[in-house]
Amino acid sequence: MAAVQTDAPVIAVQNVNKVFNAGDEEQVVALQNINLNIYPGEFVSLIGPSGCGKSTLLRLIADLLQPSDGDLKVNDKTPHEARLKREYGMVFQAATLYDWRTVTQNVQLPLEIMGYPSHIRNQRAQEMLELVELGKFGKLYPWQLSGGMQQRVAIARALAFEPSLLLMDEPFGALDEFTRERMNMELLRIWDRTGITVVFVTHSIPEAVFLSRRVVVMSPRPGRITKMIDIDLPYPRAFETRELPRFFELVTGVREHLRDAHGF
Amino acid sequence: MAEAVFTPVVEPKPWPQRAREQARYYLPTILIAVGVLVIWELVVRVFNIQQFLLPRPSAILEALGLELRQGSESILVEATFATLYSAVGGFVLGCGAGVLVALVTARWTVISQAMMPFAIAANSVPIIAFAPITNNWFGLTNPASKMAIVAIIVFFPTMINTVRGLTMVEASQLELMQSYAATPWKILRSLRIPNALPYIFSALRVASALSTIGAVVAEFFGGPRATLGVYITQQAAGFNFARAWTGIIMASLIGISFYMVVLLVERWVMPWNVSFREAA
Repeated sequence: MAAVQTDAPVIAVQNVNKVFNAGDEEQVVALQNINLNIYPGEFVSLIGPSGCGKSTLLRLIADLLQPSDGDLKVNDKTPHEARLKREYGMVFQAATLYDWRTVTQNVQLPLEIMGYPSHIRNQRAQEMLELVELGKFGKLYPWQLSGGMQQRVAIARALAFEPSLLLMDEPFGALDEFTRERMNMELLRIWDRTGITVVFVTHSIPEAVFLSRRVVVMSPRPGRITKMIDIDLPYPRAFETRELPRFFELVTGVREHLRDAHGF
Repeated sequence: MAEAVFTPVVEPKPWPQRAREQARYYLPTILIAVGVLVIWELVVRVFNIQQFLLPRPSAILEALGLELRQGSESILVEATFATLYSAVGGFVLGCGAGVLVALVTARWTVISQAMMPFAIAANSVPIIAFAPITNNWFGLTNPASKMAIVAIIVFFPTMINTVRGLTMVEASQLELMQSYAATPWKILRSLRIPNALPYIFSALRVASALSTIGAVVAEFFGGPRATLGVYITQQAAGFNFARAWTGIIMASLIGISFYMVVLLVERWVMPWNVSFREAA
């Protein structure tokens, strides 16, 4: 699953700035002079301490926030057009499933909003649930599932309308370590099956190194990219990958860049 | 792939087991109720308490039986249906208006924010004090005069709760909808209204109790003979306290049944909420 760098980028970020409360004394420069290209089929992680702007950058790509300055293109369109055309799926840290809907109905939510007929909705929802290996749990309610299962439903929902881009904001942050590692494997399996492009925001260095083809290290005040690190570990990755010496080197490398940027 | 780590946390219980657990839960309550009635009867008999202070339960039940045996000819039965009609009519009008106004104003938050202080203030005013005024507007014997009181009483809590339910959605749930480029109408239908249902039913449960109280007390201020409020005051004025108590019992039955009906509708509309609460 090596990224084909010669293709046109799926996401092109050029000289983007984002300032909150511009002009006030509480002005916050969330992002400064961000330049980043993400290519089709890549798995890219954004990592950095709180306040480095990684979630803000994700929301700029998703058109949930607008940049103060600079140029953003998603699939060669403005983020606004990409959002209206439903070209990405999004997964948040909280599973954000609706209590009043069953698992299947939750997965069908975007399909309903987008006006798909009911037989297609049923079929797609079942396919997605099978993909995340929850095919038999369709009739349960979210509160009957464990945290890991809820996030898998959220992933199934994000992929239901077959977007080409998946944006994930610390999706496994609320899970325990072991569940998180298993979910990482799950996610890589799904990524391999669907060929989707993934932008993944995380706090966890091993997670970023394990999952990605490239890690973008960011630092705060002002939010900026300090380093882009290529992860040359082979795919498909397995539990054993975490035990390779090269894995440890890469994790250490990322950690050192984070420390430098943070100033200690 | 071992599913041991990924099994559901809560299994739904089979219904015979749930029924038995419910019965066991309520048994002490039932025993206490029976005990209180027995003690009441004994105390009145033993201490020879005068009937105008406190009638015996047996006397009350006797009077009740006498009235009920007359069927539709009984004034008590007629009064019960009349008060029920006022309570339910007012409830439907007031709660219906409350939900509709909330739906309209929640969309334009400027309007709902402007109205909230009035709503909260009006909620604190004893609406029942307007009973003589509605009697004057609609006529003493017109059920509308009582329905108006009930409707105003239940309107404000319903409207306030519905607005809360419609507007208090989590930021991430809204962001999700935005990521689907959902129109405000779709957001209303798929997110805000289902989110509001628990809030609405919470208000409706309170409203059902308030409706009965409102109807009966409005009738205290005057109304047709065949209404519970008038019946109770007239029987008390004539020192027929056992009969007055039968009126109170019928009013209580209206209140309790009304509440149970709202509960049943709530269960039907929100099946997920029921099993959620049972598991918790």
